[in-house]
Amino acid sequence: MRIYVPADAAARALGADEVAAAVRAEAQRRGIDITLIRNGTRGMIWLEPLVEVETEAGRTAFGPVGADDVASLFDAGLADHPLALGPVEAIPFFARQTRLTFARCGLIDPLSLTEYQAHGGLSGLRRALAMTPEDIVTEVTESGLRGRGGAGFPTGIKWQTVLNAKAAQKYIVCNADEGDSGTFADRMIIEGDPFTLIEGMVIAGLGVGATRGYVYLRSEYPDAIRVMDAAIAIARDAGLLGPSVLGSDRAFDLELRVGAGAYVCGEETSLLNSLEGKRGEVRAKPPLPALKGLFGLPTVVNNVISLATVPVIFQRGAAFYRDFGLGRSRGTIPIQIAGNVKHGGLFETAFGMSLGELVNDIGGGTASGRPVKAVQVGGPLGAYMPPASFATPFGYEEFDGQGGLIGHAGIVVFDDSADMLRLARFAMEFCAVESCGKCTPCRIGSVRGIETIDRIGRGDADAIELLTDLCATMKDGSLCALGGFTPYPVMSALQHFPDDFAATTKEAVP
Amino acid sequence: MPADQTPSRDDIAAIIADHRGMEGPLLPILHAIQHAFGHVPQAALPLIAEALNISRAEVHGVMSFYHDFREAPAGRRVVKLCRAEACQAVGGAAVAAEVLADLGLNWQETTPDGAVTVEAVYCLGLCACGPAAVIGDRVHGRISAARMRALLAEATP
Ligand SMILES: Cc1cc2nc3c(=O)[nH]c(=O)nc-3n(C[C@H](O)[C@H](O)[C@H](O)COP(=O)(O)O)c2cc1C
Ligand code: SF4
Ligand code: FES
Repeated sequence: MRIYVPADAAARALGADEVAAAVRAEAQRRGIDITLIRNGTRGMIWLEPLVEVETEAGRTAFGPVGADDVASLFDAGLADHPLALGPVEAIPFFARQTRLTFARCGLIDPLSLTEYQAHGGLSGLRRALAMTPEDIVTEVTESGLRGRGGAGFPTGIKWQTVLNAKAAQKYIVCNADEGDSGTFADRMIIEGDPFTLIEGMVIAGLGVGATRGYVYLRSEYPDAIRVMDAAIAIARDAGLLGPSVLGSDRAFDLELRVGAGAYVCGEETSLLNSLEGKRGEVRAKPPLPALKGLFGLPTVVNNVISLATVPVIFQRGAAFYRDFGLGRSRGTIPIQIAGNVKHGGLFETAFGMSLGELVNDIGGGTASGRPVKAVQVGGPLGAYMPPASFATPFGYEEFDGQGGLIGHAGIVVFDDSADMLRLARFAMEFCAVESCGKCTPCRIGSVRGIETIDRIGRGDADAIELLTDLCATMKDGSLCALGGFTPYPVMSALQHFPDDFAATTKEAVP
Repeated sequence: MPADQTPSRDDIAAIIADHRGMEGPLLPILHAIQHAFGHVPQAALPLIAEALNISRAEVHGVMSFYHDFREAPAGRRVVKLCRAEACQAVGGAAVAAEVLADLGLNWQETTPDGAVTVEAVYCLGLCACGPAAVIGDRVHGRISAARMRALLAEATP
């Protein structure tokens, strides 16, 4: 009998290791022969640890399972039990998704290349190996894929620039620095299906003529680091990486590098400096990393999800992928629903679902049961959206039109106990802590911002105008989006929730 | 957990030698030294500078830029509490305040007996099961002050 207990960090944080140990012990005690697989997560985090049992009718789920529940699960013959959820893929949160990038995540043993291939893995790469670099880049361009790391820049155009650049060495750099609050898609795919990222990077290498790649993974993700490291070694042993990719005459190899706890290193030029062993200071653009990137050589810098989506595009074709979505936002997007929400987790769907549907319908509203007050979309540099903007469909241009951004597609839900002045203050504080220090509006402005918000909190209404001016200066005078976008959370909080800034007696304590 | 011991020149030199052939070896060297000794001792800086043919100030400049690297050993257990927005949305700030008060610490401080250091972290990717924390290299979700007390009692050597 095959039993699945996720080894994803979120599942482990909720006790999955203890559950796995209990399952092993209980099976042994009863003399039942089981195969225990530590899969990735299906992404329904409120049901973790989610245990799946393979039956003749498919995989059936139980959750959330505690180690204490395991004996009674076996007593019930791993069938009829109060924690039974039925067939896992019929759970409404899962059934409503369109899983392309995350199709295998939680389904397979993350480090089994055999299972990976049994579920469609490597077919995209095999197709790419038969194509010319030009055709590979055209395929990505026609898929409509835009960078999932935040800026939404068309991936095909970036690859074309690198393909056209002449150099003896080019690089593929995977940005796995995922520092935004409310985001965990990169972590989840690396822990749950790392070969799809490797496959995507190899295809990128074939497309632009790069033979070396780096995955820059943040140190805050020890589980992801362990899985990625193992996956690269397995891929190299199997000839997926190395001098002869899958027995072809093409070379591509990959190395894992670990960050050192600096949010700004998610910014692509700062990341490149960090990889080179320098301070993670942001570089002015131009030159673009596509032309002068790692060690001054042409470099593709792409987000984990951008690269992990490439295999399915090659497997099923650009047109198949492009047919999902809305406007210029093509394909699917893994939306991460987090914070004070009943059904938190990862929901992959075509662009176009409204924010309100995601929060209230898919997410089930707040976990506290109180009314939703605000939703921060796109990480710490994203705007706070009030329920009044819930009709906004999920798409790059659509969010921009509402003064927001989708960033890495994290949604953080707050109930009516949230204090928007404190959250605005936190945004300034975060900017001050994480600033790379290169520009004054960001480095000093954020510190002034904290002080100014404290003045407002003490009842000094005149300081509101000052804060507005300061935000305008930061927006216009900053080199990168850390300083330049901090005004989004601050000003959106002020604009949509003026009452929280109007109190005259409130102490804006840290 | 890495052992906090005073490394010898040879220990450090061996680690540097292991990584010198890499492209951009400085961060991997700093990580490896910190992993081995629990911190990056001052004595390592000139050795790294010499091996990589950069100035000592440059090594220091890089090291001090990143939040991860420490010049002195931390407590025997390092607790990192997430302060970012998704954890705040579920009461993370109150939990953190209580944990700090329990231990009599401010952020980035160590208990006088050297048992516990508490640090701030900005997101662990556990945003759908916050408030989140790490003790050593074990992640914990939906923490409360009481749960942290229990975990620390188990974990503190
Ligand atoms: C302060 C800052 C932090 C960023 N953090 C990340 C990150 O963690 N991951 C990421 O993929 N992109 C991040 N970005 C965006 C990158 O600079 C870059 O746009 C992205 O890696 C390009 O890949 P894509 O086109 O595949 O999205 C950040 C940008 C800024 C300004
Ligand atoms: S805006 Fe801030 S983080 Fe970005 S380059 Fe300027 S100082 Fe550095
Ligand atoms: S915000 Fe705390 S884990 Fe992401």
